[in-house]
Amino acid sequence: MMIQMNAIDYVNSKYVRELASKKMREDGRDALSYREIRVAKGLIKNAEGSAQVDLGATRVMAGVKMVLESPMEDTPDVGNLIVSAELLPLASPDFESGPPSPESIELARVVDRGIRAAECIDLGSLLVEEGKAWSVYLDLYILNYDGNLFDSGMLAAMSALKDAKVPAYSNGKAVMSERVAPLKLNNVVSSCTFVKIGDTLLLDPTGNEERAADARMTIETDGKVIRAMQKGLSGSFSRQEISDIIGAAFGKHDELKAHIDKG
Amino acid sequence: MASKANKPELIVGGKRLDGRAFDELRPIKIEAGVLKNADGSAYIEQGNNKILAAVYGPKEVFPKHDADPTKAIIRCKYSMAPFSSLEGHGRSGPNRRAIEISKVIREAFENVVLLEEFPNNEIDIFIEILQGDGGTRAAGLTAASVALASAGIPMKDLIYAVSAGKIGEEVVLDFNMIEDNYSDADMPIAIAPRNNEVLLLQMDGSLTKQQFEKAVDLVIGAGKKISAIQKDALREVYAKIERKYENKE
Repeated sequence: MMIQMNAIDYVNSKYVRELASKKMREDGRDALSYREIRVAKGLIKNAEGSAQVDLGATRVMAGVKMVLESPMEDTPDVGNLIVSAELLPLASPDFESGPPSPESIELARVVDRGIRAAECIDLGSLLVEEGKAWSVYLDLYILNYDGNLFDSGMLAAMSALKDAKVPAYSNGKAVMSERVAPLKLNNVVSSCTFVKIGDTLLLDPTGNEERAADARMTIETDGKVIRAMQKGLSGSFSRQEISDIIGAAFGKHDELKAHIDKG
Repeated sequence: MASKANKPELIVGGKRLDGRAFDELRPIKIEAGVLKNADGSAYIEQGNNKILAAVYGPKEVFPKHDADPTKAIIRCKYSMAPFSSLEGHGRSGPNRRAIEISKVIREAFENVVLLEEFPNNEIDIFIEILQGDGGTRAAGLTAASVALASAGIPMKDLIYAVSAGKIGEEVVLDFNMIEDNYSDADMPIAIAPRNNEVLLLQMDGSLTKQQFEKAVDLVIGAGKKISAIQKDALREVYAKIERKYENKE
């Protein structure tokens, strides 16, 4: 938790707040635009699926590892999904090593909720025999922080799942060196995050904008319905502002989905 | 959300399993000032939920390097007692769910507590779920709000929270545990009643924009009732003292 700002953060915050009050941004974008998005899939050959996402200067790598396990007791006929996020100290001077921070736990859980609620992964297809199913371990590795880890994290997560292939299974054993079929997906969820600075709503905040923000709102949709939402920071939103953000999130889904589907 | 395989019928004949209408709260009882040592406290029952909230502070921040010379910091710990759930024995210590809930509740209170009045201080909020039956983070926040007020901590507003969501295609208020487990969407919301600004909002499941608007309508509609119960609980603290001394004379 960053409680006291250093002098540079303070000056930058003041600067982006002044700009926001004039509906301007430090990188010249308009309020409803994303920074440049680049997705590279399959960089980590040892992982069953992987993707690296650059969202402006924010860089997130997602890795999918599949592990043969017993299904959970209350859901014996489906595989598991386990999402984690690491805010690595190499990604920002604000990140420290140690046990997972509330911020990293929130990030992992919000990404997890969207994927789960939209039923993106066909978890039933992961059962290989009674009492044995693939667990999907989805790890988000934050490599460089410049704001908006929710949207970049979701892009990386969905892209890595798209890239993932299920290992072979023979004679009761997993054969990790052989991959037989793509991981079966039924849906694609996208994440759209706004911050509020004063009375101005900004899509895809940079690190400076996030540090200066009063409140944050993330909407995850599959283009048809809202699948997850999360409000963050200590500021507030009016109903109208939330309605506007939801509308914008639906409007951005196709653009984000195209990046996930590509390649 | 639990598996849909053995999902019970949650709405029968236009009513919910416990007989409530779609827009009906469970019965709520709040008592303020229930713990002697805490600077402020409150106990809430909402349906079968039994929750204690306690506030300590403002007091000097420890460790000192966490202190903010411009304002107080809030620390919030939501936790479920190991015996609070019907299923299983909860492990002690904060899990990932509890850490996230503690964070979003803290952020909601940072909005209304006048932190600038207490530089270098901390205000601790403890929420203990003694018995959980769905909607514990919302009921816990509603109780913590009363606990803060009973500690005499200056706030812009007495905030409340309640969840709304969806069963089938019906938008429904204040899920109990069974409804929570098998619902099609769940959305806890905290509101500042002074201006109806949203301070906490989480959601997962499936909601259209129209259903979202309907759910917020239900929350704000129920909020009038919850606010009244919160204020009554605070008044009762002093009414009790008044009764005590009137009877003596």
